[in-house]
Amino acid sequence: MHQDTLAGLARRLAAREFSSVELTRALLDRAQSLGKTLNAYITLDEERSLAQAAAADARIARGEASPLTGIPIAHKDLFCADGWRTTCGSKMLANWISPYDAHVISRFNDIGAVLLGKANMDEFAMGSSNENSHFGPVRNPWEVSRVPGGSSGGSAAIVAARLAPAATGTDTGGSIRQPAAFTGVSGLRPTYGRVSRYGMVAFASSLDQGGPLARTAEDLALMLNVMAGFDPRDSTSVDRPAEDFSARLNAPLEGLRIGLPKEYFSAALSQDVATAILAAIEAYKKLGATVVEVSLPNQHLCVPAYYVLAPAEASSNLARYDGVRYGHRASEYSDLLDMYKKSRAEGLGAEVKRRILVGTYVLSHGYYDAYYLQAQKVRRLIANDFKAAFAQCDVIMGPVAPSVAFPLGSKTTDPVQMYLEDLYTISVNLAGLPGMSIPCGFGAAGMPVGLQIIGPWFEEARMLNVAHRFQQVTDWHSKVPPGVDA
Amino acid sequence: MTWEVVIGLETHTQLSTRSKIFSGASTAFGAAPNTQASAVDLALPGVLPVLNREAVACAIKFGLAVGATIAPRSIFARKNYFYPDLPKGYQISQYELPVVAGGGLKIRVGENEKFIHLTRAHLEEDAGKSLHEGFTDVSGIDLNRAGTPLLEIVTEPDMRSAAEAVAYAKALHTLVVWLGICDGNMQEGSFRCDANVSVRRKGDEKLGTRCEIKNVNSFRFLERAIEYEIRRQIELIEDGGTVVQETRLYDADRDETRSMRSKEDAMDYRYFPDPDLLPLMISEEWIANIRKEMPELPDAKQARFQSEYSLSAYDAATLTASKAVADYYERVLAKFRSEPKLAANWVTGDLSAALNRHELEIGASPVSAAALAGLLKRIADGTLSGKMAKDVFDAMWNGEGDADAIIDQRGLKQMSDSGAIEAIVDQVLAANPKSVEEFRAGKEKAFNALVGQVMKASQGKANPAQVNEVLKRKLAAGT
Repeated sequence: MHQDTLAGLARRLAAREFSSVELTRALLDRAQSLGKTLNAYITLDEERSLAQAAAADARIARGEASPLTGIPIAHKDLFCADGWRTTCGSKMLANWISPYDAHVISRFNDIGAVLLGKANMDEFAMGSSNENSHFGPVRNPWEVSRVPGGSSGGSAAIVAARLAPAATGTDTGGSIRQPAAFTGVSGLRPTYGRVSRYGMVAFASSLDQGGPLARTAEDLALMLNVMAGFDPRDSTSVDRPAEDFSARLNAPLEGLRIGLPKEYFSAALSQDVATAILAAIEAYKKLGATVVEVSLPNQHLCVPAYYVLAPAEASSNLARYDGVRYGHRASEYSDLLDMYKKSRAEGLGAEVKRRILVGTYVLSHGYYDAYYLQAQKVRRLIANDFKAAFAQCDVIMGPVAPSVAFPLGSKTTDPVQMYLEDLYTISVNLAGLPGMSIPCGFGAAGMPVGLQIIGPWFEEARMLNVAHRFQQVTDWHSKVPPGVDA
Repeated sequence: MTWEVVIGLETHTQLSTRSKIFSGASTAFGAAPNTQASAVDLALPGVLPVLNREAVACAIKFGLAVGATIAPRSIFARKNYFYPDLPKGYQISQYELPVVAGGGLKIRVGENEKFIHLTRAHLEEDAGKSLHEGFTDVSGIDLNRAGTPLLEIVTEPDMRSAAEAVAYAKALHTLVVWLGICDGNMQEGSFRCDANVSVRRKGDEKLGTRCEIKNVNSFRFLERAIEYEIRRQIELIEDGGTVVQETRLYDADRDETRSMRSKEDAMDYRYFPDPDLLPLMISEEWIANIRKEMPELPDAKQARFQSEYSLSAYDAATLTASKAVADYYERVLAKFRSEPKLAANWVTGDLSAALNRHELEIGASPVSAAALAGLLKRIADGTLSGKMAKDVFDAMWNGEGDADAIIDQRGLKQMSDSGAIEAIVDQVLAANPKSVEEFRAGKEKAFNALVGQVMKASQGKANPAQVNEVLKRKLAAGT
């Protein structure tokens, strides 16, 4: 049953083909075997998961089930869940048990989904390869010597390896889309404000957004139906009428205008990825879409602007990890300052420290205007670029990452090379737009390639429709990694 | 050499909202440590701030009261620094765009009135407290206060003496309590002042280097801290030294200020707009609604008391020193309107003295406004003499009932029957021929002795004015 999609499992659970306890048990067993090989989970708690499954079965028996009741879902380990260890992939929080539920977690609890386990991730969501986890790197199910992407690498590997039908992730600079592309699954970063950030441990508050990873666009819609919605506890949450993201999945694509930004198809893009993307565009043309060239003239400023703004916010957001109230505290220290220094030196990893230093620097007196304010201006220019582009097209398409998943360790010594992984994804975060990745072929070394779909603000339903129609005429999304039993 | 002193004040007023500025936890003072700290106040991973609109309403009220501009759009910023009682590692405050800008307050020092201009007032959250007593080798942290809403009110450097600074602080204190936005409790830290003090030679255009005295929480300490600091700076310069810009603490036990940190050690707070909070938008409508609910302000009330009740400027000022006193006074008048001056005398005189003696606020007075009105009626209609009224007031204070009941019980009715008074006067004159003789010989004192005898014979009940009149008449007639 692990091969089935979320939608399929939901139908079979409703038809009582098997119980949620049986499904959960099976997936927990896979988590203990293949999950360990991939290092996909940080925390499993069989007792809690099975108790939730049993409660879901009772609910189904009472006839009170909704589509995701009894479905086991993996959550990126930065969603706080009451009673669960929530580590953010950091030594700093390695022993921190959350006393409360994130908004996203309570939404899943409310409909009776099962929390299957907490997925591995780059420490505090900082990374593009999942090599920055205190709990070790995650392996790509397609080739265990390669990275699954990051920072939601555990979530992506879990879905790709059929360890769970769906998982949550967060996307601050591409952290849902890039791992989805690297592991051949579908991932959606919603519009900023669509999914509450309450209880989602912050990296960069103005860029962070939670979203789903699953095998199909249809499943993403089911997940988003649960995750999206106004939450007064998050001041940046947007109060909009509830939407059914599944409703328009089958709408025809005739007349769809696809924008291809010329800046996305430059020398930085490897040939194998470009080939797969262009083939996907051809498939869309057959579905009735037309293609227009658009321009995002400030695209080259995205990476520098992002690596000013995200570290700036992170340097402040992570100040609370001081060893005073919770989290790692050094065992020996001479005074208060020494306690801060040692606790943070020991508790935080190299990449996190690098970004805290960068962020502290750009906010410092005398540098603020030159870096932070300038980057904010760039941010506005980028949003304006997208506005202009969307006057000409309905969705924008392009690559998710410049190349396919790379071998572990190949970029860890050069942070700038690693940052360039985000070249095509971070403009979406800077502009607050929704963005997706869906599998669209294979590139070098037989690794999956992701097609990025970017929509105007709050047009997730249209994007899911665009993705779903593609998945009805292609089978890239149902390919199974070779090491994963069918 | 004559020196000019330049002072500006920054005042942290704790706003009287029920819950904190960014969380739902209670703001009540005095609870067991950390029992009023929610996940947001503890800065657990993943929590987010949500602005309490009541705190904004307080800021708007204040802005309207001081004639300031209320920003239609203001921004919350993060002030970043590490401290154990600052759970997030930053304080949410306002930096570049505060909610209130400009305006000012009138102060009075002796006969002189002066207008103190405000630079700004901004909303921010308070920090927690570090606890050192009762611990060995470690310190405790109490986060009950963390997240309590503060309005930081900043003046221009308009004050020229410690007395002016204190007058401003008192006027501001009166106003925020008056508006009901702050309980004004200085011991509990609800109203704390930082004073920026500098000196310059008279006639100099340029301001001297200033020192900031932090966290003074009484008017007396404020005055002494500033006086000390002025002396210190002048002596320093006169001895050929220079003032270093720094933050200083006032030590009340030693009555001196001490350096805390110099400008060189000044922290770089790395302010930037808080991405967790949207810009604070204040609509004209919101302001208009609050304007409708604004109480009459001290100056307006004082002017009205003078015109409406024919009170002196002094009486009107004393009665409007606090809203509670002014309200009490008007409640007395609501029951007994005909002699506002008499009412003013009693409220500012005997009542106020009794309250001071018992260290009570007027709101806790055992003699209610209605009860005092009842007493005043009996004074005005001649039932009670001034002396008797004081006794009745004391009895009322002690809970013996209202004025009429006490008068009945004690048979205290003033004797105003002229026949009865004349009879007593006749008796007294007959019994004291010596005094009568002395009076006729020109000794004025003898008259007072006779009055005393009449009052004594009437057991204090005779109306003194009538006694005077009858005595004079009879002595003049030579009977």
